[in-house]
Amino acid sequence: MTVLAAHYSHWVAIFLISAGMYILIARGNLLKKLIGLGILQTSVYLLYIAPGKLIGGTAPIVAEGFTLYSNPLPHVLILTAIVVGVATLALGLALVVRIREAYGTIEEDEILERD
Amino acid sequence: MLEHAPALLVVLPLVAAPLIVLVRREAFAWLATTAASYACLVLAVGLITRVADTGVISYAMGNWAPPWGIEYRVDALSAFVLLAVSLTASLVAPYAQRSIAAEVGEDRRYLVYAMYCLCLAGLLGMTITGDAFNLFVFLEISSLATYVLIGMGPRRKALVAAYQYMLMGTVGATFYVIGVGLLYLMTGTLNLVDMAQRLQAAEDLRPVLAALAFITVGIGLKLALFPLHQWLPNAYAYGPSMATAFLAATATKVSVYVLLRYYFLVFDPAALFDRLPTRELFIGLSVAAMITASLVAVFEQDVKRLFAYSSVAQIGYITLGIGVDNLESLTGSIAHLLNHGVTKGAIFVLLGGVALRAAGAPITMSSIAGLGRRMPLTAFGLVIAGLSLIGIPGTAGFITKWYLILGAIDRGHWWIVAAILASSLIAAAYVWRLVEAAYLRAPAADASPAREAPLGMLSAALAMVALCVYFGFDTSYSIGGAREAAELLLKGQQ
Repeated sequence: MTVLAAHYSHWVAIFLISAGMYILIARGNLLKKLIGLGILQTSVYLLYIAPGKLIGGTAPIVAEGFTLYSNPLPHVLILTAIVVGVATLALGLALVVRIREAYGTIEEDEILERD
Repeated sequence: MLEHAPALLVVLPLVAAPLIVLVRREAFAWLATTAASYACLVLAVGLITRVADTGVISYAMGNWAPPWGIEYRVDALSAFVLLAVSLTASLVAPYAQRSIAAEVGEDRRYLVYAMYCLCLAGLLGMTITGDAFNLFVFLEISSLATYVLIGMGPRRKALVAAYQYMLMGTVGATFYVIGVGLLYLMTGTLNLVDMAQRLQAAEDLRPVLAALAFITVGIGLKLALFPLHQWLPNAYAYGPSMATAFLAATATKVSVYVLLRYYFLVFDPAALFDRLPTRELFIGLSVAAMITASLVAVFEQDVKRLFAYSSVAQIGYITLGIGVDNLESLTGSIAHLLNHGVTKGAIFVLLGGVALRAAGAPITMSSIAGLGRRMPLTAFGLVIAGLSLIGIPGTAGFITKWYLILGAIDRGHWWIVAAILASSLIAAAYVWRLVEAAYLRAPAADASPAREAPLGMLSAALAMVALCVYFGFDTSYSIGGAREAAELLLKGQQ
């Protein structure tokens, strides 16, 4: 029980990663696959950000009376990762649009049939 | 100026890409791409000679001292890979105008060049950076550019191939980030050298092992480690010929380099190789790739897919060296990054010429019938490069296999020697099918007219074929550079 409670942010991240992977693999609809991919990528943000927060810690600005600071670096890293995620999603959606124009469907099995 | 060479190497192609998109002229796009590729080659040659003279170059990006700032690090290994990537880049793109013109619509041609520059920048960045997260960003830059490049292929299947590659590639990159995140939690640093030192003091090894697993699977997806290679055959078969030639020669190789770097210079190899069945895993998967992918290639009708499966098998040779894990085998692996790069680069540029003359029809075994008479130089080049895939003495492929076999014998793994020979025999079977179709069969009645590929493409491809043969006789550059790199990796173990 203590393991569960002490690391609950990790458990949430693990659940989301698994859910994202499951959607990615199990769904045949190209859009739903992208949703799974989005969940997978977003759950990693949580994995980075949560450990950077110290309970009782403040923003890392030197000021009197504050000695405990949260680590800002994970936020910066994840800001970059978010940009990458947005670019990937945009490209994925663009490809789905093109596939729909070329094949008239976005279901994986129907696309395979039409080739 | 020269001290900024490590930064320029990445910045030049990275700046060329948006310029190309802004100008939107095909001629300018070609000029900028060619200039950037050649400049990178010159810089890479400069760096490799400087590394040979003065040892490791550490460049502090933006003058922020490592490990706080991002460090660009050129050592014997990364200099070797930088040279291999920029060499193939400068042999492929500048000569591919005709091929791109035939396969991509006029309004989108400049985008091919822009994506090519971005991909080059990403690959060079992955190689040169000494920062784990920076590596991820470059990995994604090169990957996203690659997906677009493949999606611009002439047939609609290219879109599906690009989509599938995008899904698997993004999962790979995400796994890599998870691995880096765990390492960051354990060490509090992202600089790879600093991380290696701090990992030695790590008390709890479980998160480190989890990170190792995530990085192995993530990078394994990017380098098409068997059985994570499913994206590769379609991506190579349906992408534009020039993109395939460049990617087949470089993209998977840079990922192998990343894996080598993590395995030997970041993780503690003693823990890695002795506490986990890493050797057995890599040997098993590599042998499976060498045998099964070659077998699939034997029965493949589409020639581009045939060589794509052959790539999976050849990547098996490279990862085999990691599994055998001694000086000879690692030398063979690293040299094969270059040897296989020039071989596959030559083959796909030549096939680009064939596709150009076939006016967009897929290249199948029946459509290359009589190629020896219709395009004699192209067919000749394909045969020589094919011999290098088999590993006939006098070609680059032989040298690699020689070192891999030496390494395997040194470890007493005789069955690996047998597996290498068996895989070579299967390679001989699929290359023979090609030779048989090109030289012994009469051309089909509706075959394209007898004309060689455009001079530029042909000379670039034959230059690579010549390199294949050259590296088969004079190994002072390929094996010489690879041996230094392998020594560097093994020194990290002590």
